[in-house]
Amino acid sequence: MKRRSPSRPGGLALVVPALLLAAWWTVTRNDPRGLIPPPDQVLRELGDLVGLAGDNDEFSGSLWLNLATSALRVYGGFLLSACLGLSLGMLIGRLKLVQGLLDSTLQMLRPIPVTAWQPLFLILFGLGSRSATLLVALGCFYPILVNTIFGVRSVEPRLIEAATMLGVSRTALFPKVVLPSALPGVFTGLRLGLGFAWVVIVVGELSGVRIGLGAMIENAREVSRTDVVIAGMIVIGLAGFLSDQMIRALGRWLLRWSPQHG
Amino acid sequence: MAELLVERARSRTLAATAREADEPILRILDAHKRFAAPGGEIEALRAVNLSVRHGEFICLIGASGCGKSTLLRMVGGFEVPTSGLVLMNGEPVMRPGPDRGMVFQDYGLFPWLSVRRNIGFGPAARGIPKPQVEAIVDRFIAMIGLARFADAYPHQLSGGMKQRVAIARVLANDAAVILMDEPFGALDAMTRERLQSELLSLWEATGLTVLFVTHAIEEAILLADRVVVMSPRPGRITADVPIRLPRPRDVMSATFNELRREVAALLQDSLAGDH
Repeated sequence: MKRRSPSRPGGLALVVPALLLAAWWTVTRNDPRGLIPPPDQVLRELGDLVGLAGDNDEFSGSLWLNLATSALRVYGGFLLSACLGLSLGMLIGRLKLVQGLLDSTLQMLRPIPVTAWQPLFLILFGLGSRSATLLVALGCFYPILVNTIFGVRSVEPRLIEAATMLGVSRTALFPKVVLPSALPGVFTGLRLGLGFAWVVIVVGELSGVRIGLGAMIENAREVSRTDVVIAGMIVIGLAGFLSDQMIRALGRWLLRWSPQHG
Repeated sequence: MAELLVERARSRTLAATAREADEPILRILDAHKRFAAPGGEIEALRAVNLSVRHGEFICLIGASGCGKSTLLRMVGGFEVPTSGLVLMNGEPVMRPGPDRGMVFQDYGLFPWLSVRRNIGFGPAARGIPKPQVEAIVDRFIAMIGLARFADAYPHQLSGGMKQRVAIARVLANDAAVILMDEPFGALDAMTRERLQSELLSLWEATGLTVLFVTHAIEEAILLADRVVVMSPRPGRITADVPIRLPRPRDVMSATFNELRREVAALLQDSLAGDH
């Protein structure tokens, strides 16, 4: 059987960004002092943020620390959620008792957005980095949980039969058959979760932290530096994209046996 | 004195082997199976009796719904009879186990394991040390001629290759009886013929006992020592036809065709009362 070649961002993937850029430039080029800065100004500001232009304002050269701090919160929150979501998902997926105990509660909490939780988190966990990380964790918890539950439930009964026929005991079925069967679902959850972690980082950092991409955007908004805001958006987009590429590469390797991935 | 002891021990094992050869490896005693179904209860098997000797090749044949797969799954330990007994070497079958290796039509290979690790799965699961598992695996990979594909994953194999791996997997696990549920039903005609003859060579080389479910008359007569004919509603055994043709069998020969007609007639009879 021929394996599908993984899709690569070729020239085709650049068409839409180029068009957007062109439209943006057309609309803003005649009014450099307008509410929305033209792309070249944002690009210049990006240069200043990484420390190339030397404007010597409060944002100059601040990108690396902000990015690293946010990345730490994103991955910290993601790991926390992964541990919790994976173990809870497996329990809910396999044990009727745990499912009966927790499933409806979790399904009811699920629609409440991170933005709604934020004030409560600030009261519970205080202003600062801890709240930011926990909000990120909350943001990526449900996709991981739901996909893990789905994964451990979608084991083909035939494979359970094959394993018991070959002499696998009831207790060994979980590590030997259920877990590897669940891997594609679990992985989808982790990938979605990491994506959401980058989505909620800005909201998460509206928790009184001074450093971080979200904090940078919020500070820039307060002083009407829309060029910095847009530069920050671009950086979050790129960071999320790279992070997704990394986890996909990991997935391709882990799931190389699966015709849907591999 | 020592010699006498050795001699006595030897005669004891000989006697044991002789007894074993007489004693059927598999006995099904008055087995009934009923399933609860939306339209009421379904009688999948009624009063089934069957005795299988060591090394016998039995084909179970019948129309769909005759309970042949249920019977096979009962021997496999996947189904429990509503009443009656399934005995393997005199012991009642309670659950699936490595002594009864099942080969499914849809292969049932573990997609995340390579060919090598699929074949080694049973021995490894039963705690056999790794070097021994590797030796066993090497032997069976060579036996099914898939050495080049040892590290391939199931989705990279053709249907015929997958079924070879599934057969090797139960052989590597020391199965005494192998249960095959229309194992070649999903394969194209040429691959099916190849695998039929490979299965016969394996069977002749190993002295396995085979219980083989099929709905193809030619396949049954080509392979079996005995063709057991089953009929539906309720599922039951209606005939047990010994096939005494020498192997390899010629499907075009007159005697083969005679048997084919005979079994076809028995199958027709079994359906006659059904409308």
